[in-house]
Amino acid sequence: MKNIPISALIGLGFTVLYFFVAVFAPLLAPYGMAEIVGDVWEPSSSEHWLGTDNIGRDLLSRMIYGGRTTIFVATAATILSFVTGSVLGFLAAVLGGWADQVLSRGVDLVMSIPSLITALVVLAMVPVTIPVLIIVMGLLDATRVYRLARAVAVDIEVMDYVEAAKLRGEGHVWIIFREILPNALSPLVAELGLRFIFMVLFVSTLSFLGLGVQPPLADWGGIVKENKDGIVYGIGAALYPAVAIATLAISVNLVADWVLNRTTSLKGGRG
Amino acid sequence: MSDPLLKVRDLKIGATVYPPGEKPHDIEIVHGVSFDLQPGKVLGLIGESGAGKSTIGLASMAYGRGGVKITGGEVWVNGRDILKTSLKDIRALRGGEVTYVSQSAAASFNPAKKIMDQVVEAAVEQKKFSRKQAEARARELFAKLGLPDPDNIGDRYPHQVSGGQLQRCMTALALCPEPDLVVFDEPTTALDVTTQIDVLMAIKEAIRDTGVAALYITHDLAVVAQVSDEIMVLRMGDMVEFGSTDQIINNPQKEYTQALVSVRSIDHEEKQPTPEPVLSVQGITARYKGLNFDVLHNVNVDLHPGQTLAVVGESGSGKSTLARVITGLLPPRDGDIVFAGRTLSPSLAGRTREDLRELQMIYQMADVAMNPRQTVGTIIGRPLEFYFNMRGAEKRKRIVELLDEIELGEKFMDRYPAELSGGQKQRVCIARSLAAKPKMIICDEVTSALDPLVADGILKLLLDLQKIEDVAYLFITHDLATVRAISDSIAVMYQGRVVRYGPKSQVLSPPFDDYTDLLLSSVPEMHLGWLEEVVAHRKMESAGN
Repeated sequence: MKNIPISALIGLGFTVLYFFVAVFAPLLAPYGMAEIVGDVWEPSSSEHWLGTDNIGRDLLSRMIYGGRTTIFVATAATILSFVTGSVLGFLAAVLGGWADQVLSRGVDLVMSIPSLITALVVLAMVPVTIPVLIIVMGLLDATRVYRLARAVAVDIEVMDYVEAAKLRGEGHVWIIFREILPNALSPLVAELGLRFIFMVLFVSTLSFLGLGVQPPLADWGGIVKENKDGIVYGIGAALYPAVAIATLAISVNLVADWVLNRTTSLKGGRG
Repeated sequence: MSDPLLKVRDLKIGATVYPPGEKPHDIEIVHGVSFDLQPGKVLGLIGESGAGKSTIGLASMAYGRGGVKITGGEVWVNGRDILKTSLKDIRALRGGEVTYVSQSAAASFNPAKKIMDQVVEAAVEQKKFSRKQAEARARELFAKLGLPDPDNIGDRYPHQVSGGQLQRCMTALALCPEPDLVVFDEPTTALDVTTQIDVLMAIKEAIRDTGVAALYITHDLAVVAQVSDEIMVLRMGDMVEFGSTDQIINNPQKEYTQALVSVRSIDHEEKQPTPEPVLSVQGITARYKGLNFDVLHNVNVDLHPGQTLAVVGESGSGKSTLARVITGLLPPRDGDIVFAGRTLSPSLAGRTREDLRELQMIYQMADVAMNPRQTVGTIIGRPLEFYFNMRGAEKRKRIVELLDEIELGEKFMDRYPAELSGGQKQRVCIARSLAAKPKMIICDEVTSALDPLVADGILKLLLDLQKIEDVAYLFITHDLATVRAISDSIAVMYQGRVVRYGPKSQVLSPPFDDYTDLLLSSVPEMHLGWLEEVVAHRKMESAGN
C-alpha cells in the first residue's frame, strides 16, 4: 500500500469523501431533504452555501441526500450484478455444453438491445421504487459481468489444478468457489470499479429522464432535471450535481486503473 | 593463435526481481564470467535452469532479455567492446556479425509471412546481399541442412513444415547473413529424440562447412558433447568448469560436473509380474470429439501392484490420451478399463469416490497443477478431508507426515506454490496424490520439465515411495533414460498403437522392431562421436534395404 501513485491517491481521497458523506448524510446536512427553507433559486449565502433549488429547498442538503441515494442505488445494483453475473458466468464455464449455450445466447439476446432502452421500457411498465430500480439495473448490468466472468473462468477451467479437482471427485460448488473464484478475483475486482461508475451514470440518466429515483427523494440526476431550466437564467444549480457525478466517476476510475495495473502486471503484482 | 572472435571478461549481469510480499530489488544473476571463443570453434554452455547460460548467450549480442541488465565487464566481438559501442554499431552487429537461434522455432517465426521472406530479412537489411543473392544463399543453406525440396520450401508458411524442419529453417536464417558467430539457445530441446538427431547433424555439418563460430546453449550434456569443441559448465551464474569436450566428458574435475555426467545412473531391479494386475487396459480404442480418426487403436496393457509400467513414445503417439482414458476424462469408443478387479465406468461421472481415490495422477507441469491461491497445507490437506474426513489436529499430523515423506518438512505447510522451486512443486504434487492412499498413480511426464539433477531426485523419491506405500505407477514419458531407471515393464507406443510391450529386460534387448530400434538409438549418449556413429549406422541400414 506504500507505493500508491499520486493519481490513485487523489481518486481514493475523493471516493472516500463521497462515501463518508453518503453514510453520514443525516448528520452532515444542514436542513431536511424536502424542507422548503427559502425562495426559488436563491444565490449562495452563509445560510445556504450552494443556494436553493427550483422550489426553495437547500441545495447543499439536497446534494448530500442525493449523493446518498445515488451511491446506495449504484452500490446495491453493482453488488447484485456481480453476484448474479459471476456465479452464472462461472457456472456456464464449468458446466459447458448446453447450459453454457443457453446462458450465453440468452445474455447475447439481452445485450443486443441497448440497456437504457430495456430499462426505460421495463420501468415504464412497473411502479418505480428503489428495489425495482436496483433489480432492473443490476440484472441488465449482470450481462456484462457474465461475459467477463465466463471468459476468465474458461481460461482457468482448463488448468491442470481444476482437472485435478475434478479427478478427485469435487462438486461444482468447490470448483467454482475454491478453485476458480480466488484466481478470477483480480480482474473481477478491477472491473467492479468501472461497473460502479456505469451504475452511477445509469441511475443519474434514468432519474434525469424521470424514470429513476422519484421525487421528493433526491438524487443527483434528479437534481439536474429539477434545476435544468435555471441554466437559461444563469442559475448554476444544475451544474453542482453534474460536477459531483463527474468527479466521482473520475476518482473511482483512477482507483480502478491503479488496481487494474497492479493485478495485470506480469511481475508478480498479483496478490 | 589468432585473436579470439569473442572475448568475454568478468561479465556481470543483474536483474530486478519481484518476490511476492516483498519490495522489488536488484540481484546479480551472472557473477563475473570470462571466456574466449576462437573463430570457427564451438563452445557449449551447459547448466541447469537459472544457471545464466541463455543470459550469457544473449549478452554476446549486447542484449538483455526482459528486466535483465548487463552491469559490468567487457564483451569483445571482432576486436571491439560491444558494451561500450554505439547503438548504430550494435544494430550492425545483431543479425550481421552475430545471429541467434532460439529454442522454439514455432514461436519465433511470424506465422503470417513466408519462410523465405524471414530467412533473408536480416541479410538484406544489413546490406550484406541483394535480395536475389540472399535467396540463392538461403536455397543453398536449405540444401545443406537437408531440408526437402530446398528450391521451393521457402515459399511455404511456417505452419506448413514440421517442427524439426522449422528449426533447420531457423538455422538457415541465422547463417544466411554469413555471420561470424551464431548463438544456439537450446535448438533441439523442444524436439522429439528421433527428430533431434537430424537437426543436430544438420547444425553440426552447417557449422563445419561455413566455418562459423558458435555458442551452443543446452542443459543436455550428451547433446552438447556431440557438437562442441569446448564446454563451459555454469551453475547459478558462476563458471564451474571450462575445458575441452573430451576432458569434461571423460575426466571431469569438479564434483558438480561429475554429478552431471553420471546423472541417470539409478539401479532398479526388475520385479516379476504377479498373477493379478491392479490395472488392466483391455482393447481400448479412443478418439477425441470432432476428429474422424482414432487416436488409440486396440491398446492392451497390464500393470501389476507395486510395479511400474512405462509408456514410451514421441509426441503424438497417444500416451497422454491413454492416461485420459484411464482416468475417465475421455470415455473410450471401445474396450474396458479393469482396475483392482472391477470394471470402471468409462466416464468420470459414473465412477465412485473409491475409484477416484485409488487412482491418482501427477502432472508434467507442477506449477499449473496446483492452485496458486492455496497453501501447500490446503493442497495436501484437501484429499485427506475429502476422502477420509480428516479434520483439525489429525489432518495436520498427517500433512506433516506426508511432507516428511517427500523430504520437505513442516515449515513448507504455509507456503504458496509461487514460493517453491520446480522440484519442490513436483514433490508437493506427489504428496497430494499419496494423501489419497492410492493403489496406482499415473505419472504424466513428471520429470520432463525439471533439470536433470532435480529429476533424478524425484525419480529416486518415487522409487522409495513405491517400496513404502506399495503403489503402482503408470509412467508416461518420452525419455528412455528415465524408463531404464524406473520401470518394470515397458509399452512402446507409436501412432496410437502399442508396438512393443513386455518386461523391461525383454523390451530393451534385441531383436528390435524398426521403431523401437530407431527410438533407442536416438537417445543421445554421453560419449564423443556418438552422433556420427548413429548417422553412419542409419545410412548403412537404408543402403542395405
